[in-house]
Amino acid sequence: MATETMTINMGPQHPSTHGVLQLILELDGEIVVKATPHIGFLHRGTEKLSEYRTYHQVIPLTDRLDYLAPMSNNLGYVLAVEKLLGITDLIPERANNIRVIMAELTRLKSHLVWLATHALDIGAMTVFLYCFREREEIVDIYEKVSGARMTSNYFRVGGLSEDLPDGIEGIIRKFAEDMAGHLETYEGLLTGNKIWQKRTIDVGYISGEDAIDIGLTGAALRGSGVDWDLRRDAPYCNYDEYDFEVPVRTEGDTFARYKVRLDEMRQSNRIILQGLDKLKPGPILADCPQVCLPPKKDVVNSIEGLIHHFKIVTEGFKPEAGEVYVGIEAPKGELGYYIVSDGSAKPYRMKVRPPSFVNLQALPQMVEGVLLADVIATIGTLDIVLGEIDR
Amino acid sequence: MSKQVVEKLKANFGTLVLGDAEYRGETTVTVERSEIVKICTFLRDDCGYNFLSDLCGVDYLGRTPRFEVVYNMYNLTDKTRLRVKVLVDEQDPCVDTVSGVWSTANWHERECWDLMGISFNNHPDLRRILMPVDWVGFPLRKDYPLQGPDREPYQGRLS
Repeated sequence: MATETMTINMGPQHPSTHGVLQLILELDGEIVVKATPHIGFLHRGTEKLSEYRTYHQVIPLTDRLDYLAPMSNNLGYVLAVEKLLGITDLIPERANNIRVIMAELTRLKSHLVWLATHALDIGAMTVFLYCFREREEIVDIYEKVSGARMTSNYFRVGGLSEDLPDGIEGIIRKFAEDMAGHLETYEGLLTGNKIWQKRTIDVGYISGEDAIDIGLTGAALRGSGVDWDLRRDAPYCNYDEYDFEVPVRTEGDTFARYKVRLDEMRQSNRIILQGLDKLKPGPILADCPQVCLPPKKDVVNSIEGLIHHFKIVTEGFKPEAGEVYVGIEAPKGELGYYIVSDGSAKPYRMKVRPPSFVNLQALPQMVEGVLLADVIATIGTLDIVLGEIDR
Repeated sequence: MSKQVVEKLKANFGTLVLGDAEYRGETTVTVERSEIVKICTFLRDDCGYNFLSDLCGVDYLGRTPRFEVVYNMYNLTDKTRLRVKVLVDEQDPCVDTVSGVWSTANWHERECWDLMGISFNNHPDLRRILMPVDWVGFPLRKDYPLQGPDREPYQGRLS
């Protein structure tokens, strides 16, 4: 009997590819022989665009990379520019504190969408509805804080665009306290569920060594037993003052990554509550007039303030020539910004190292020899967002 | 820590290390293009830089050599970073691939080829990755217009 493999096309509009990802699958019956991802359908030229904008004008472009975690993208970028300017130590405590709270809310927000869609792909509809209910609350907090539900553009080089609105601390605290219970609900629906276990345990296996070699980061790496988290190992925004653990599992399968992410959400909750306890009144922008905009009341009340504002908005600031690479622990892994300055007001070159781009690269080797249905689970567990893959 | 690595590199490779610089606490080493694979293997095996965070090209139009390929690597044991650079000539824009050293370099190099037009010798699968397969030109080069090749530059709003 003659046998031959069949090539099928999955995407670019398949519901489980989470965006416009195309997978060319070579199948032997129901077994995957080879998977080839095709990306780039969402390429908007963010890196090219940023070379034509001042440093502040680039911040809204970064929102649109990983659009499920906009504030993490903002954070990585502003930290890189601050390092380039050498003003990292000047950032006020309150600004750092708020950055941490918002970054952890962002992590919850991103993980909630991951859990919702991952479970939905595998067939657990209920979890999707619960997760989006909680995500909506975070989006509301986003809107109250920054004015936008998704494209936040809240952080600035030197601090924040504005202070937290009145009463928001209570809302965030209430959310974080409720969230602990919600996490138990999700776990109750999934962890002990026989179908969930069958679909995730030993599916999408990758060893720690291979994970490092292929460049996996974030929960995908920690699910394979590699204990590495940039928040702890290269602390930024005073993360070293917070008490949290880095969950690690050694199994290296989809279930392990699921548990790691859920535990990570519990830790994020802890960090948010600690951040709220630490929150003290104070300035939210560094005392650095050549970089930061003046307070609005100076702009409307004095000619010097107006000129200062005008200069920064029209000309921007000029870091001295040099280059930096800053990596942060974004919800999906190491988000890196490599920025080269030539001494002008615009980045000479900005390279984004998006975690999803590198994590997706591991897909072919993770799905080789597995069933077609497990490809769906593996895409879900890698937690990719095409916005940052294609940039 | 990174200082010791630079010393170690110089001791082992001598004149192949073209220079080193320190800026904002980050160490950059420029090395000879032809020996990049050997140097990267040494850094991975003997200096512990087992993780390649990022690889990208930079176009310094007007300078000779025109391009740089930048490797941002990370040591998972010591938690230190190191940046290695090679200089790439405009006439012969190619570097040996390091995808044999770190598999993760595969897609990074494809992207570098796609957007910057630097090719990688012995690469297992050097195709365009973000741009369409039939695209002409390399968008991230400094002489490539922002609005694309066949369009008038944007003149700003008229009103």
